[in-house]
Amino acid sequence: MKLTHAATARPVLQVANVHKHYGSKIAVADISFEVAAGEIVGLLGPNGAGKTTTINMVLGVLEASRGQILIDGHDVMRQRRRALSATNFAAVYAPLPGNLTVEQNLRIFGLIYGVRPLQMRIDGLLQQFDLLAYRDTRCGVLSSGEQTRVCLAKALLNQPRLLLLDEPTASLDPATARDIRLQIQRIAREQGGGILWTSHNMTEVEDVCDRVLILSQGRVLLQGDPRTLASEHGAASLEDLFVRLARDPGATAPKREAGA
Amino acid sequence: MIRWPALYAIALRQLYLMRGSPTRVLPIFAWVAVDIVLWGFIARYLARVSDGVPDFTATLLGAVLLWDFFSRVMQGVTTAFLEDVWSRNFLNLFASPLSVGSYLGGLVLTSVLASLIGLAVMLALAGGVFGLSFAMLGLLLVPYLLVLFLFGIALGIFASAMVLRLGPASEWLVWPIPALLSPFAGVFYPLDTLPSWMQAIGRALPPSYVFEGLRSVVAGQGFSMPELIGGLVLALVQIALACWLFAAVFKGAIRSGLLARYSAESVA
Repeated sequence: MKLTHAATARPVLQVANVHKHYGSKIAVADISFEVAAGEIVGLLGPNGAGKTTTINMVLGVLEASRGQILIDGHDVMRQRRRALSATNFAAVYAPLPGNLTVEQNLRIFGLIYGVRPLQMRIDGLLQQFDLLAYRDTRCGVLSSGEQTRVCLAKALLNQPRLLLLDEPTASLDPATARDIRLQIQRIAREQGGGILWTSHNMTEVEDVCDRVLILSQGRVLLQGDPRTLASEHGAASLEDLFVRLARDPGATAPKREAGA
Repeated sequence: MIRWPALYAIALRQLYLMRGSPTRVLPIFAWVAVDIVLWGFIARYLARVSDGVPDFTATLLGAVLLWDFFSRVMQGVTTAFLEDVWSRNFLNLFASPLSVGSYLGGLVLTSVLASLIGLAVMLALAGGVFGLSFAMLGLLLVPYLLVLFLFGIALGIFASAMVLRLGPASEWLVWPIPALLSPFAGVFYPLDTLPSWMQAIGRALPPSYVFEGLRSVVAGQGFSMPELIGGLVLALVQIALACWLFAAVFKGAIRSGLLARYSAESVA
């Protein structure tokens, strides 16, 4: 499938036949999916399923062996600057430098993303994520929850068309995680961008995502509405479906229909 | 393509780090000061025990000072690069619209500022304590410093590419590079002192043209314009090659997954 740039209501992310292998080891096998404007898509899968490989390819820090990725119509590899100007991300494994203060980090990344007017945007984000008290605090001494909020503030600096969130609530207590989820849902609603979200928390995924993709062994096994996908495939819950697929990637048949 | 706000951001990051941490500022002066004091007294002693030998202070101390300047320029680039290795910042930086050109430009700007401060301290210390003056060189000092500066930038970018390719553990290979090159560059002796294979390597190093020229001026024999231009051109070519190498390593790191894994390997 060759992607086109001309569609009027084009998706913010188009992943077409993307494949990545390291020697004979296949990390991602010809996956295709899209994220529409205003849509929150969950990317689920057991460890090693290819989620982070996929996200790294979307972020342009890993080149696909073949296939094409368009962000807001721009090819990540050929139009890198344009594509990545429309993107941002937050991930637990990519904290902001701990030896700089919250405001210094936001200023540096704001300059890199070409945000204007920068000071106003920084002040707004500090307020939005309840970080005003930590403006001059070094990121390295903040708690996990505070660091996550700083990463999210950085991820929203450029009001991205595509926001990638790799387990954004993994290190948060339930109350903070719920606050963050509500904020992200509001951002998707108000800014109209698309969000690709990875998580191992199925309750969170059902609560937040409009659609989920379940990956295993580098392939998209299933996709659909997280609130109905489990019942469509004869599982008691999304978590049960996830566990079943993690143990046996071939077990996608709807059990209820089989038993009827 | 270079975007100035992004380039400025990389330099600003280093300024913030220096402002918040005196331990980052100290090396700009400390080792230079130690070298000046050590070699200043050695030169003074040699001048006392060897009557009739021309000005040791100018030749020895001047050479040390200029070599330290080159080393500072190189380390200015590599230290700014290593800050991103130490803080596991590559994913944040390179999953953004930041281009390799803007990133390298930011590292170079950082080094320019730090090395100019270091140079001012060197000149003040060498002049104030040991009476070394570069007045005899006049405006010639500018192109000679420029050659050393450009070569320092080239080597700094080359060393950064090496660490990007070989991984964080290869950092220890960076620090001895100036010491490794100094015997070939003829810092303290004419190139013709060396065996021919070492001379051949020396001629590929722009600083050798600077030190040969300086010795000639100090000895009252004037300087060779073709040699000076040769050193300048060589340094410019080496900067272009170093930038090309960094870009190639960067591209390879994206293809192989090294860049995406770098953060994880930094803490391994």
